[in-house]
Amino acid sequence: MIDRDQVLHIAKLARLELSDDEVETMAGELSSILDHIDAISSLDLEGVPPTSHVVEVPSALRADEVRPSLPRDVALQSAPAVAEDGFVVPSPQA
Amino acid sequence: MTDITSLTAKQAIDAVVAGELDPAELFEAYRAKAAADEHNAYCWVAEERPADGPDPRSAPLGGVPLAVKDLFCTEGVPSQSGSRILEGYRPPYTATVVDRLVQAGAPVLGKTNQDEFAMGSSSETCAFGPVRNPWDPDRVPGGSSGGSAAAVAAGAAPWALGTDTGGSIRQPAALCGIVGLKPTYGTVSRFGMIAFASSLDQAGPMTRDVTDAALLYRHMVGRDPADATSLDHPEEIALPSAERLDGVRLGVPGSLEGAQPGVKECFERTLRTAEELGAEIKEIELPHADYALNAYYVLAPAEASSNLARFDGVRYGLRVEASDLLSMYTRTRHDGFGAEVKRRIMLGTYVLSSGYYDAYYATAQRVRTKIAEDYRKAFEQVDFVVSPTAPNVAFELGALSDADPYEMYLNDLFTVPISLAGLPAISIPAGLSDGLPVGFQMAGPAFSENRLLDAAYALEQAIGFDQSPAVAR
Repeated sequence: MIDRDQVLHIAKLARLELSDDEVETMAGELSSILDHIDAISSLDLEGVPPTSHVVEVPSALRADEVRPSLPRDVALQSAPAVAEDGFVVPSPQA
Repeated sequence: MTDITSLTAKQAIDAVVAGELDPAELFEAYRAKAAADEHNAYCWVAEERPADGPDPRSAPLGGVPLAVKDLFCTEGVPSQSGSRILEGYRPPYTATVVDRLVQAGAPVLGKTNQDEFAMGSSSETCAFGPVRNPWDPDRVPGGSSGGSAAAVAAGAAPWALGTDTGGSIRQPAALCGIVGLKPTYGTVSRFGMIAFASSLDQAGPMTRDVTDAALLYRHMVGRDPADATSLDHPEEIALPSAERLDGVRLGVPGSLEGAQPGVKECFERTLRTAEELGAEIKEIELPHADYALNAYYVLAPAEASSNLARFDGVRYGLRVEASDLLSMYTRTRHDGFGAEVKRRIMLGTYVLSSGYYDAYYATAQRVRTKIAEDYRKAFEQVDFVVSPTAPNVAFELGALSDADPYEMYLNDLFTVPISLAGLPAISIPAGLSDGLPVGFQMAGPAFSENRLLDAAYALEQAIGFDQSPAVAR
């Protein structure tokens, strides 16, 4: 069971504000989904290696060479706030 | 020719090459249909045929226009992955796969609606409102590539691009009576696809028939230096031509529990058709498939919670102003994400959090290994594993969106195990149940697309599915 405090803790980790109603609903829904998921704990998986990637890919290494990237003005064009060639955000300490 | 939009993409290309069809006229015919579409399939439609691109008469895709799922970045064209948090975003670059298809002669006709960030099986969680099924507008088209499926089924696109993470190409293709191919993981570049779960996401064709699926896929594959997980397909993709299934062994998993009776009937009818074509039907066991959905709902949300961290109000899309940085992040994400996306971010953050990682994430990754092993063993006995694509036909709008979220997740019961194993699978329309389309799913070993398309083609010819009821509505 996921309780209210756990929901608030996870929401903080996820950088997500939740309304009081959302906290209530989320606690119930997450608990219910986790109940279903818990079925995997009944399997004997001793010694089974984990799979993080399904197909073998050749080495992804490449030469460390300078290549063109997005021009600064293009990279900034979608930002909500821009100044002096950079992204503007509120102060962390305000 | 009476209606040029009744041609399949292959037929239209042939007509363009023969000089019998003007590609500009074809584009305009589809553009008009897309702009007038009543299924909310599109979130953006081109105002005119793009001026750039190759000469259609010498390009392999003949200037036949392409509908593209919203989550593919398209330069200067809205790309929001169905989410409010990307409001107004027009990317400065185009996804590799879209670019390849444009260069091959398929100009972008429009962007199609989808579940928000591809999380859903009904296309109801879209920021632009729910998509409707052309077979019955009171029903969902499936999801998450529901807009692409509805556009093709309604004749408002000759073909479309979708993406599949746990079934998002195959299930909407099934519910809308069209063909959908989820390729082997890695054969199509993910560069420029707005990510959901990177180890599972894969782009694929959604088309009126198997030939068109092969043709579109042929021009999608190949390693891309911008996607380190992409690889070259070991074979050139051919157009299918098989007429028989002699010697082809189809494996049916023992448990098809959860499928509606009408869906099962249609599936069994298709098996008999396959037998008449010479196929051999064998029962197989996939002992861990029953745990696939459980493992998927650990792995996919975990990857999503990480991928969606980038939406923070700094570089693009929505920002909700606040006096400090942390509140700006949390409020932007509160207002920008919908309920299902929040649920999955929370679930993913939980299973990755300190103290729970081994019990959930590491365990689910081991289940994934067992599922891939199950398929490897199955393919020692059979050529393809077959099942209904979805356990049900299209359901009514709202029927599952307010229920226990897991009820919605069950739509992907038969598609998710294949996704976890990274295997290619195709859904073809097999017939109707209560007047609604049922999909037949075939999965093969990695890189078996040519054989898979061939077998699907033989079955398609024998089934003779009639799409016109959807187009007529």
